[in-house]
Amino acid sequence: MHDDHSEKHPGSTVSYVIGFLLSIVLTIIPLYVVLNHSFSNMILVYVIMIMAVLQFLIQLVFFMHIRESEEPHYNILAIALGIIFVFAIVAGSAWIMTFNSQVQ
Amino acid sequence: MQTQHFFIVGDPLILGADISIILVSAAIIFVLTYFKKWGWLWREWLTTVDHKKIGIMYFISALLMLFRGGVDALLMRLQLMFPNMNLLESEHYNEIFTTHGTIMILFMAMPLIFAMFNIAVPLQIGARDVAYPFLNAVSFWLFFFGALLLNLSFVIGGSPNASWWGYPPLSELTFNPGPGENFYILSIQISGIGSIATGINFLITILKMRAPGMRLMDMPLFTWSVLSSCIVIIAAFPVLTVALFLLFMDRFAGAHFFTMTHGGDPMMYVNLFWMWGHPEVYIVVLPAFGIFSEVVSVFSKKVIFGYTSMVVSLLLISVYAYFTWVHHFFTMGAGADVNTFFSISTMLIAIPTGVKVFNWLLTMYRGRIRMTEPMLWTLGFIVCFVVGGATGVMLSVAPADYQYHNSYFVVAHFHNVLIGGTVFGMFAGMTYWWPKIFGFKLNPTLGKWAFWLWNIGFYVCFMPQYALGFMGMTRRIYTYPDDMGWTPYNVVSTIGAFIMALGFVFQVWQIVYSAKRMDRDVTGDPWDGHTLEWSTTSPAPYYNFAVIPKVEGRDAFWKEKKKRSQPDYKPEKRELKPIHFPKNSGIPFIMGVCFFIAGFGLTFHWVWLGVIGLIGVAATLYARSFQYDTEYVIPVEEIKKTEAALGRDI
Ligand code: HEM
Ligand SMILES: [Cu+2]
Repeated sequence: MHDDHSEKHPGSTVSYVIGFLLSIVLTIIPLYVVLNHSFSNMILVYVIMIMAVLQFLIQLVFFMHIRESEEPHYNILAIALGIIFVFAIVAGSAWIMTFNSQVQ
Repeated sequence: MQTQHFFIVGDPLILGADISIILVSAAIIFVLTYFKKWGWLWREWLTTVDHKKIGIMYFISALLMLFRGGVDALLMRLQLMFPNMNLLESEHYNEIFTTHGTIMILFMAMPLIFAMFNIAVPLQIGARDVAYPFLNAVSFWLFFFGALLLNLSFVIGGSPNASWWGYPPLSELTFNPGPGENFYILSIQISGIGSIATGINFLITILKMRAPGMRLMDMPLFTWSVLSSCIVIIAAFPVLTVALFLLFMDRFAGAHFFTMTHGGDPMMYVNLFWMWGHPEVYIVVLPAFGIFSEVVSVFSKKVIFGYTSMVVSLLLISVYAYFTWVHHFFTMGAGADVNTFFSISTMLIAIPTGVKVFNWLLTMYRGRIRMTEPMLWTLGFIVCFVVGGATGVMLSVAPADYQYHNSYFVVAHFHNVLIGGTVFGMFAGMTYWWPKIFGFKLNPTLGKWAFWLWNIGFYVCFMPQYALGFMGMTRRIYTYPDDMGWTPYNVVSTIGAFIMALGFVFQVWQIVYSAKRMDRDVTGDPWDGHTLEWSTTSPAPYYNFAVIPKVEGRDAFWKEKKKRSQPDYKPEKRELKPIHFPKNSGIPFIMGVCFFIAGFGLTFHWVWLGVIGLIGVAATLYARSFQYDTEYVIPVEEIKKTEAALGRDI
């Protein structure tokens, strides 16, 4: 809080706007294909997942300035941990919930 | 909505609460006005961004919530004391175990650990404040107004009754049309935002604001434990936020994420809830581990045994915590391979925890032990937690869990680890850091009474419940027939609960008595401490350290003291510099009020009020974004004056 970090804000307005637009587009696509039942259920799930991963990358690059930090150690560690956790949530839930299809 | 549904008036218990709330509020308002304290309250507390004061406010709120949750507990235990009791009806019992669980975990344990974060971490790492002091105040006020919202449900609209899990379909609109579950969802959401912010704030504080020379592996173990706890907060709380948001969409907007019809899946809620719920128990117990490590080392006059293995096991637990959640629903019926995986991952957690227990024991081994109150709580914890841990391993065996599940065995187990771990841990921290926060020690005699009452009461209350579990008593039942053979155990258990309540009374007495009678601590180091918080005065000045300490290695202050006692020691002349300091701000408080208004409106489906509240939130965010002049400079003169008044010459 003491030194003036405010001066060296990385990123520019342009990159923020691009990131914002991209993330909106990536939100609209899955919504659109789901609302219109454009594909079979299985494919819909994959479309949503792919869009989510792209969204994740957009956020990291355009808003979190992943490429511009001075201390890459923390970043890499944090992202690795984040990916492990997200993987646990998504893959774990998918695995646990497979019992549902056997029951029905 | 009709008024008699809005204000709960039928029940004499609640009517009594209504009246006492009104009387207490009136008394507070009167006292503040009479002594002209409104300005003081606003300037010194409501707008503060000082981590020490925020810590105190967390602490007071947590004690109040412990009282509320404790009264709930006593009511439940009275109802269960004898068969066919008529104290509480079934609906009322449901509401009480729901609010008891929700309050104890989210509005008692969480603020209590946050109190300790705030009180100790910046001082331990030689920093003047947290990384984001303003955000810290926001966190507190979101917690505060979240807690207020939940407690309001008691007198307005009706309490939630679907347990602290809020499982659908019971928590869905079809089965729970009243506002109770909305109170539950929205109050947790509001305080949850604050918790995530606290997690981020302290992670950054620890990574970025350590005093020069303090490497990660030099940090005190409490700081390490906060770091691991923050990692878990950041990873787990968003999952709860999402789960509750989807549930809210079901209730508010007619979605079907978790309904039984239209393709919803209630089990997905259970899955998401425990993805947060299991890590949550580590969030609240890891800081306790940290406190015990500090206390054991200081009161054995030794450095902690196995520092590195302590750090590694903390970090391992914080990652492992994420891979065990299914043990809460082994009985859901997922395949044998799922249950086996999570069974084994749960057992594995016992290993790093066991490592820690042995390290504590080995630290005490051949130490010069001082039986102070923090040390007593630590010893009480070790015994209690070993019992709780052992029953935890019993529960982790999936096939056996089919027997234990939903029985009093589980109730006994989690109170064993929550009270023995978190609550005892925070009491150890409270008595240990009390002189640092308030400038005087707590009276040890009354403290010992409190300790023994809590400890004896604990075993008397919860050991019979293990037996009750084996005898088939299921949790969350509000009464039972007299031919079950459960009565003697329940009588004993209820007596134990009242012994603990007496322990709490002794603690309140201890605090009041000590405030009047105990001597001021003028040394700043009443326990002969090892870490930096003891190097400044008690209480610390608002800027914490006149000169930021330089650190070489672990237990920095202990080393410094040893150096000072050498005959050839020459004190280093250190120069005072002006300090940049954050200004107080009323915005966090106002933002909390706005969130509260929004939450209250949405609870009753008054969309207009919800919108007004959310606009208020946006306005406070906007106002803050365009505030540039948020710091001021403390001149050297003022630092000198403050230090002189505290009896330190620089
Ligand atoms: C101080 C003494 C305490 C007593 C006598 C007590 C007693 C009880 C009782 C009687 C129940 C209801 C059991 C049932 O009907 O199934 C209960 C549930 C619970 N308690 Fe406590 N409790 C105490 C402290 C705590 C603390 C400190 C915590 C947490 C930090 C806690 C967390 C819970 C939770 C999470 C539940 C489950 C609520 C639910 O079923 O939804 N309790 N407790
Ligand atoms: Cu668990």
